[in-house]
Amino acid sequence: MSETVDARGLSCPQPVLLTLNKLSGMTGGECIVIVDNEVSLENVSRAASNKGWSVNDVSQDAEEYRILLKK
Amino acid sequence: MEIRKNFFAGTGGIIAVGGIIGILAALLQKLGNPGNMGICVACFDRDIAGALGLHRADVVQYLRPEIIGFVLGSFVAALAFKEFKPRSGSAPLARFLLGMCAMIGALVFLGCPWRVVLRLAGGDGNALFGLLGLISGVGLGVLFFRQGYSLGRSSKHSFGLGLLMPLTILGLLALRLIFDQVPGEPKSGVLFYSVKGPGSQHAALAISLGIGLVVGVIAQRSRFCTMGAIRDLILFKQTHLMLGFLSLLVFAFITNLIFGQFHPGFAGQPVAHTQSFWNFSGMLVAGLAFALAGGCPGRQLFMSGEGDGDAAVFVLGMIVGAAFAHNWGLASSPAGIGPHGMAAVIVCLVTCLFIGITNTRKMA
Repeated sequence: MSETVDARGLSCPQPVLLTLNKLSGMTGGECIVIVDNEVSLENVSRAASNKGWSVNDVSQDAEEYRILLKK
Repeated sequence: MEIRKNFFAGTGGIIAVGGIIGILAALLQKLGNPGNMGICVACFDRDIAGALGLHRADVVQYLRPEIIGFVLGSFVAALAFKEFKPRSGSAPLARFLLGMCAMIGALVFLGCPWRVVLRLAGGDGNALFGLLGLISGVGLGVLFFRQGYSLGRSSKHSFGLGLLMPLTILGLLALRLIFDQVPGEPKSGVLFYSVKGPGSQHAALAISLGIGLVVGVIAQRSRFCTMGAIRDLILFKQTHLMLGFLSLLVFAFITNLIFGQFHPGFAGQPVAHTQSFWNFSGMLVAGLAFALAGGCPGRQLFMSGEGDGDAAVFVLGMIVGAAFAHNWGLASSPAGIGPHGMAAVIVCLVTCLFIGITNTRKMA
């Protein structure tokens, strides 16, 4: 089962901080990060990639983005 | 879905944006803006407060078109790229007070983080102490973030509410056009205009507004943020925004060399004082306030153009803070810090620390 981070409504740098905190406790697997703006989408994707996670898929539902991270 | 490609959000983009801003800022100085102040968000907000008569320091009153351009440029870019997202409700009063503290700290130093860089690029050694203060303040903010600091989530708002800040700024532009400057006169209609001092030094309206719009567009696309540059480096060891920050420094420096605007030294620098400890302390307070509010003053303007009501409240806090800074003698001048500058730094630091401590999960 994949882990989930809900970063909707949070401003910079909290979406990245929450994501990295979650990822630091995982050795691998899947993590879904939910954000509600493009800036957080870019920042979370960039930070996760820097930590060796791949951005596998991004789905958009209404005004939310679900970022699927895998390692 | 595929992530939309945004050139400006990449490494090349942020370096290009920092460079363009650096060149344009040095150019604005060449075209009439004050020394090492081609662009200074804090100083320009302060000048706007003066133009509206919120303070009566007659040397710093001018409705700076660059600020208008920043918000409207960001607004247009956000609309065009479907990133205009009206939102608000994340501790607005705290953000207002952080805006006030940020401005008061910045006016003790005499400049925002953008001007820290531009003063360095112009050879002003005093700005080194400002830079150290800025790094220390942002570093203090990072400690709070590591302990779980948050001002809470914002919520979505109506399209109309998101328009309020861009419309307010459009109203300021209308005032500027209706009550144009009358040469040698300190007032035109409801607007105040400096006839001497930094407020009287400015590029032509169309140039200032045009450059402001360009900067607003590219900064919105790139998410350029001077505070974020330092924060991300300390917090995440990420250099992305720092590349933009350094690019601003390098390109402003090169442009200053070309225009003969580089004058290294400490004494006699334009709109600056040499009281190093207070240059450091002022920017420490400002850096902490920017970090706790999530963006440098420029970024707050750009976010307010994207429909972020909380950022707009921060901007209004900065303008009100500027009014208090000059009405109460908190702001510095080239002669040194104001009569109540020391007290202001302490009160603002305590205010920021209170907001930080009481909104940190592990402490509250």
